[in-house]
Amino acid sequence: MTAPTLDRPTTAAVATRPRRAPRASSARTSAGRTLGGRVRGGLLGLVAWIVGLAFFAPVAWMVLTSFHSETDAATNPPSIFAPLTLDGYANFFGANSGASPWPPLINSATASVVSTLLVLALALPAAYALSIRPVTKWSDVMFFFLSTKMLPMVAGLLPIYLIASRIGALDSVGLLIVLYTSMNLPIAVWMMRSFLSEIPVEILEAAALDGASLPSIFRRVIIPISGPGLAATALICFIFSWNELLFASVLTSTQAFTAPVFLTSFVTSQGLFLAKVCAAAVAVSFPVLVAGFAAQDKLVQGLSLGAVK
Amino acid sequence: MSATVEAPAPHEPRPEAPGFRTPRRDAEALARAGAWARRAPLLPALIFVIAVTQVPFVITIVVSFVNWNSLYPNDIAFGGFDNYVAVFTDPAMRASVVTTVLLTVTVVLVSLVLGLVVALLLDRQFLGRGVVRTIMIAPFLVVPVAAALVWKHALYNPEYGLFNGALNWLFGLFGATAPQPDWITNNPLIAVEAALIWQWTPFMMLILLAGLQSRPLDVIEAARVDGASAWQLFRYMTLPHMRRYLELAALLGSIYIVQNFDAVFTITSGGLGTANLPYTIYQQFFQAHDYGAASAAGVVVVIGTIAIATFALRSVSTLLKEENR
Repeated sequence: MTAPTLDRPTTAAVATRPRRAPRASSARTSAGRTLGGRVRGGLLGLVAWIVGLAFFAPVAWMVLTSFHSETDAATNPPSIFAPLTLDGYANFFGANSGASPWPPLINSATASVVSTLLVLALALPAAYALSIRPVTKWSDVMFFFLSTKMLPMVAGLLPIYLIASRIGALDSVGLLIVLYTSMNLPIAVWMMRSFLSEIPVEILEAAALDGASLPSIFRRVIIPISGPGLAATALICFIFSWNELLFASVLTSTQAFTAPVFLTSFVTSQGLFLAKVCAAAVAVSFPVLVAGFAAQDKLVQGLSLGAVK
Repeated sequence: MSATVEAPAPHEPRPEAPGFRTPRRDAEALARAGAWARRAPLLPALIFVIAVTQVPFVITIVVSFVNWNSLYPNDIAFGGFDNYVAVFTDPAMRASVVTTVLLTVTVVLVSLVLGLVVALLLDRQFLGRGVVRTIMIAPFLVVPVAAALVWKHALYNPEYGLFNGALNWLFGLFGATAPQPDWITNNPLIAVEAALIWQWTPFMMLILLAGLQSRPLDVIEAARVDGASAWQLFRYMTLPHMRRYLELAALLGSIYIVQNFDAVFTITSGGLGTANLPYTIYQQFFQAHDYGAASAAGVVVVIGTIAIATFALRSVSTLLKEENR
């Protein structure tokens, strides 16, 4: 995937953050001074590899099993070197059964993508009004947004169900879009505010002095400069919407059910299904894995709502 | 992070109309118009969030005081605190409160400690550090339901799961008979916790690694030159600096894990004493159709989360203040 850049500081932090390079080199010299130090360093590196591989093992096992036949997948001891096959995927994509995964996948994609776009459209102006030209009580507003995130979603489940059934919105992707937008909006506002406050104020003032209108400041200054941050925000909103299970399983039934709901439904008690389950898990996780690895530089900032850079 | 003393804090709120009184009415009107121009971009997002998150919750509070079971639609009446009494006297409800606390505390603490260990390992230079960091993130990026399914069927299954398969293979090397435990039935709550710890350790690790990398390295280097041991460096320099990051990671983790539904729903279906509050509310609502009790339980969850959230807000607010210093 992308080469992970552990050390790249965000733009605003460049000037003030202690550089990492000098310490790295000094650590190397002090570790390299003694043989014992070098052995210890090597051992700790080895431990890091072992731990990393242990955490990765279930993912690797899931991927490997998804390429095994059903009989090879269900052996004990495990047959690691069994021949590879695409049967699991063929099964998942509906070669043998009538249930095609495409409707739920398309529902998931629609709900995630549209709600992410809505989030961006609502959060970008809000972040502007909270950082570049802040309203008077901007920090109160920030904490209001954050506090809504701390309200467990399950507490609103019943009223949402009742309202949706009253207005006939049950089992529709539109309802999920609205809910996912509100679920991700606070996160996005926090993230985007932290990205917008990194824009040097001189650039904005210069653009305003040149007589640029607000929309053109957005288009020509704000969006290009905070582009990577906006992309990361979008990816994180996408991931959270794509993963959501509780609302999707309560509020949808036959039309608007999403990929996570589909996953819970096709495990059967009869017959072998392990390869198919693993293939399904890989297929459904694939977009998230790609998005997550692509955004891993900004993942920390997103997951901590912009509090940690 | 702590080092991000941003350039001349450009976004401090500017003094607004109140301190700016002129006898001329049009100037006041202008200031008011200016304030509204500032608020305008904020309003759509604010109104949307209030409408979709706050209004339902207010309804939940109202319904929690009503005796309402959808199977008996004609018996809807004001019930006072009946539903709350039911929540706290119903053994299943009480058990699910305990389970929620146990589950959240265990998962947060264990994944926090593991995350710190991994972050410390990854903070050093070694061959392939970037690769290890990338594969460490993977568990967090598997869709939660998919992860729970894989743990349940591909790892825990007593007949052909990887755990018992590995035991069999390992004991087979020595010609011994392997024990083949039924992981989920033997320790249902631990089985759920292990899967969650696996998913959340990378999350903790990412935040803690960012904290480690923001340490003031010159001070640490100076202490090292002065002959401080590795343990002293960790105990007196790294750990105090990391306190806020540990708090932040723990609190954010708690907020998400308290609400966990996917793992409980998938791995044990809430059976064998693993039903936490979100699962119980789901069940009350879906199977018992007891809207009143489900709402009261929802309010209880919210009150519990508010307790955590107050601390979380305080911790995040120090970070925000520092950023704007």
